[in-house]
Amino acid sequence: MTDATADKIPVTVLTGYLGAGKTTLLNRILSEPHGRKYAVIVNEFGEIGIDNELVVGADEEVFEMNNGCICCTVRGDLIRIIEGLMRRKGRFDAIIVETTGLADPAPVAQTFFVDEDVRETARLDAVVTVADAKWLAARLRDAPEAKNQIAFADVIILNKTDLVTPNELREVEARIRAINPYARLHPAQKCNVAINEVLERRAFDLDRILDIEPEFLTADEHDHDHDHEHDHGHHHHGGLKHYHDEEMQSVSARLEGDVDPDKFMPWINRITQLRGADILRCKGIVAFKGDPKRFVFQGVHMMLDGEPQREWKTNEKRESKVVFIGRNLDEDEIRTGFAACAA
Amino acid sequence: MAEPSSSLTAHVRPLEAGAQVVRVAFLAGSPALALADGIVLIGEGDAQKRVAAHPDGAILVARAEGSRLVTGGDDGRVVATSADGTVNEIADEKGRWIDALTTRGEAVAWAAGRNVSARDEAGVVKTLTGPTTVRGLAFLPKGYRLALAHYNGVSLWFPKAAAEPTGLDWKGSHLDVLASPDGRFVVTSMQENALHGWRLQDSRNMRMTGYPGKTRSLSWSHDGNWLATSGADACVVWPFKDKDGPMGKPPRECGVRSSRVTQVAFHPRALVVAIGYADGLILLCRLGDAAEILVRAPGDGAVSALSWDANGSRLAFGLDAGVAGVLTLPA
Repeated sequence: MTDATADKIPVTVLTGYLGAGKTTLLNRILSEPHGRKYAVIVNEFGEIGIDNELVVGADEEVFEMNNGCICCTVRGDLIRIIEGLMRRKGRFDAIIVETTGLADPAPVAQTFFVDEDVRETARLDAVVTVADAKWLAARLRDAPEAKNQIAFADVIILNKTDLVTPNELREVEARIRAINPYARLHPAQKCNVAINEVLERRAFDLDRILDIEPEFLTADEHDHDHDHEHDHGHHHHGGLKHYHDEEMQSVSARLEGDVDPDKFMPWINRITQLRGADILRCKGIVAFKGDPKRFVFQGVHMMLDGEPQREWKTNEKRESKVVFIGRNLDEDEIRTGFAACAA
Repeated sequence: MAEPSSSLTAHVRPLEAGAQVVRVAFLAGSPALALADGIVLIGEGDAQKRVAAHPDGAILVARAEGSRLVTGGDDGRVVATSADGTVNEIADEKGRWIDALTTRGEAVAWAAGRNVSARDEAGVVKTLTGPTTVRGLAFLPKGYRLALAHYNGVSLWFPKAAAEPTGLDWKGSHLDVLASPDGRFVVTSMQENALHGWRLQDSRNMRMTGYPGKTRSLSWSHDGNWLATSGADACVVWPFKDKDGPMGKPPRECGVRSSRVTQVAFHPRALVVAIGYADGLILLCRLGDAAEILVRAPGDGAVSALSWDANGSRLAFGLDAGVAGVLTLPA
């Protein structure tokens, strides 16, 4: 997804469970004086309060590809609409796809891996998830869709922080981090985040996979000390709590020194084929023996995209790192498997 | 790749286009261009008429029939533009995109999402809701019957009958649909870089695979015996003469180059196919001996439209980049 990205239309995917505030965010993006024109693909027509934008109604049509890959689902409507929008090329700058509250982001992302025509004209910019600070913890327990949306996200807007205590906020942040420590997390009220934190993230550009360190600190702390303090006898010990989500986790593995491409390529292909249904996303930077360039890759379920990227700098440690986010991941399998790829 | 040694490039006159060309046609002898920016251009040179068929809209689908060009836009309208430049609105789907469109004589059918409408010669409109979004439409040559391409197959619908449509099932997403001129076969292009066909007599399935890309341009030979297709680095031509259609027979390939074929158009009277490529080259290829004649040298990006006039003396073409022209075959 890096070839000639410059003139490709960026596509931002907006997810979030029912009532979290997706439409609020969308209206905020569209009404700010940014001078850019967005084409918006929505599933619930009529909720957008801005009328001078290019708004396209869509029925989420998720279908399986006949390529023998069981989890390879794509959004047929998206392929059709992006093809149609290209007839207006030059008349808008970017596309925002609002998914329904129960949607799995994977088919949207996979559409950009699978469809050649879509890849040629558009690029996936980021998956942005809006979460409700008050109800997210409950949804993570009872709604697998909500958990998927958090696990998949590049950017998480933790909305409605005015409805929770600082302790509750810290707790829900910790629950998010237990699932996805890599996303940018923005606490917000009425989705009041800077637009540049939501759009033009280039989260799926291979040459932007520079830093895949966990984001232990939230990106924006400004809402933490609000005054709606309603502590209901909650025991809080200060600092970030460490939760472990029983089902969805991230696993990262690091390898100092060089990696053998003849070992790594079969391994990454095998693990994403075998465990692809459970792996939501993966990415990594790898130092191949004898190769002056960094090899970068990313994947969604069973789909992988990778290429040699810029050269390692002279003062840069040749260190390889892979990250997986998924369901019931076998940490040992990933760590020992990756360790065995050492050159 | 060597370009063909003989050339007709000196017989090509440029046409003013200025925007992505969606379709080219000849209306009462005049070349016409349906442009992505909602404009229809009719005629050549100083006599060229500029018609705002879809003001502020984009043309998504278009089809020429006789002396009119029927277009469907992202403004939700279906309009017919005549050779003299008059525009008649056929339908207004209130802003819902017109995803598919077909014509036969005066009859017009269009799809907006799952909703399909068929309007007969008398102007009577019948509607049907498809199982999923309808991506392709084609009238069958016999009877007032419509084929709808959608996810997991094709539906065959008699708009004037109360009966439910009959289904031709095949798993996957079907895009364009067309019927063979003799009405024996229905063929679709698919999301999975393949064509699928059915023999209507017994609904027997035909798989036509091996394409490196999607096939979005298909054209029958004048005798109905051959189907030319885009989607490969050659024009792939399937034999349909026998009762089994192309089953068990390899397709012919013409115009093999190192560029993807984007548009194909069989000559209306001879076994010659016009082939347009992703690099802008256009050539004519004779099916019998694969002889090639150059029409346009590469440049300016992909060929997006090709069409012959009724007697096959002129070929109009258009490119994504807003370049167009007309070839007049030397007498």
